[in-house]
Amino acid sequence: MNTGDIAWVLIASSLIMLMTPAVGLFYGGMVRRKNLLSTIMLSFSVLILITLQWVLFGYSLSFGPDIGHIIGGLQWLGLKGVGWEPNTDYAATIPHIAFMLFQMKFAIITPALISGAFVERIRFSSFLIFVLLWSTLVYDPMAHWIWGVGGWLKNLGALDFAGGTVIHITSGVAALAMALVIRKRKGFGKVTMEPNSIPLTLFGTILLWFGWFGFNGGSALAANGLAVHAIVTTNVAAAAGALTWMIIGWQKSRPSVIGVATGAVVGLVAITPACGFVDAISAIVIGATASAISYFFIQLRNRLNIDESLDVWACHGMAGTWGAIATGIFASKAINPAGADGLLYGNVHLFLVQLASVVVAWVFSFTMTLLIAKAIDMTRGLSVDEHAEEVGLDISQHGEEAYASI
Amino acid sequence: MKKIEAIIKEENLDAVKESLTQAGFVGLTVYAVKGRGTGGGIQLEWRAGTYKVDLLNKLMLMLVVKEEDYQRAVDIIIRECQSDHTGGAGKIFVSTVDEVIRIRTGERNDAAL
Repeated sequence: MNTGDIAWVLIASSLIMLMTPAVGLFYGGMVRRKNLLSTIMLSFSVLILITLQWVLFGYSLSFGPDIGHIIGGLQWLGLKGVGWEPNTDYAATIPHIAFMLFQMKFAIITPALISGAFVERIRFSSFLIFVLLWSTLVYDPMAHWIWGVGGWLKNLGALDFAGGTVIHITSGVAALAMALVIRKRKGFGKVTMEPNSIPLTLFGTILLWFGWFGFNGGSALAANGLAVHAIVTTNVAAAAGALTWMIIGWQKSRPSVIGVATGAVVGLVAITPACGFVDAISAIVIGATASAISYFFIQLRNRLNIDESLDVWACHGMAGTWGAIATGIFASKAINPAGADGLLYGNVHLFLVQLASVVVAWVFSFTMTLLIAKAIDMTRGLSVDEHAEEVGLDISQHGEEAYASI
Repeated sequence: MKKIEAIIKEENLDAVKESLTQAGFVGLTVYAVKGRGTGGGIQLEWRAGTYKVDLLNKLMLMLVVKEEDYQRAVDIIIRECQSDHTGGAGKIFVSTVDEVIRIRTGERNDAAL
């Protein structure tokens, strides 16, 4: 074991822990004042629920001994046998339980990302059930397929350095599926729904950018050059994404803060699968292109009149899709010998495998989420009634107000 | 006694306040309000594109003055808030006040102003 590696993975896990409440703040700033607490609470409650789910059975399903290349076995239920000794399959220089902790933070943030799709009308109890079902039936299998020893996409040679496919495509596509099932917000497209606090959204963005260094840098699972490289490409892509969004917004009218914050996040999403395989110049191209793509898909979603309220699909689903494909274009063995060469370096195979993994993630997440959403909606209802929505979810679901009057 | 209620732009407050003070109108109350005139609203930036805001942040300036003073106070407000921009400069409402009471002393009407 290596004490430097252990220290870095613990710090990285702590950085990522910060990102899930940060998603709540990022989304919270964009909703109306009466739903601020509710929106923050969605993300925060995932931190609570999936910590327990992961320890009890989620980790075993995702990374446990392989069953038919599809799912992990139940041998590691309750962290049985997951101890201080390294698991050489996953990380040879840190305790197995440190790898479990690091992966736990990924499992937590993914359902929290989806919550932007249905803010301002989701029934809280239904959300908790959704999160448990979705993590178990969608995230855990996907994580096993791409990262678990024996997983079938891993065996195909798919590259996903820090979770572009597992985390961002699955959550973004799930957001679209949920938005197609849950009813629209009352007055959607007709009345103005003003964001209550852009500074809060920017604060969430800052914490996300900061935490992403742990997210991507930590995925090296060691305190080494690869970790440093991943953090550098991550930072570069975030800046390129933010600048591109600023330019697009400026051309149309004025460079908004909320636009620049979105551009930074989108750049971070796109570099996630690629950060350990591409050089800094490629990171600029990946981040900048991601902003143009997500901007286009936000407008498209608007035109289609779908109330996917905070554009999780356009920002995470589409930028994640671009990132996975871009990995197949820009990856280079000169950067990371453990990776593969992409299209730019004459290797078509990786590109095709990346495309295949994107299609699999889309189809699997969309279908499963649709089924889960329908099942919950038909049995207990996904959304609150219209009166509870008008009053606001802070009062109707939690009995609180974000800011007491007078 | 007249009550003057003036809806003004936030950016005009400092100048109006200063000129009113110089003219001897020290006491006043300001409310933060939202409202719209015949213009109907403005566009603000969203992530991709804009959205319409149909209630804008304005200030309501309220002061009660002696009958013979009110035209002077109104003129000051008009002078400081008029601009070449079209729309949004605000409106002034003047009404008659039946009674004014200073809570500390119980003085009434002109003596309480």
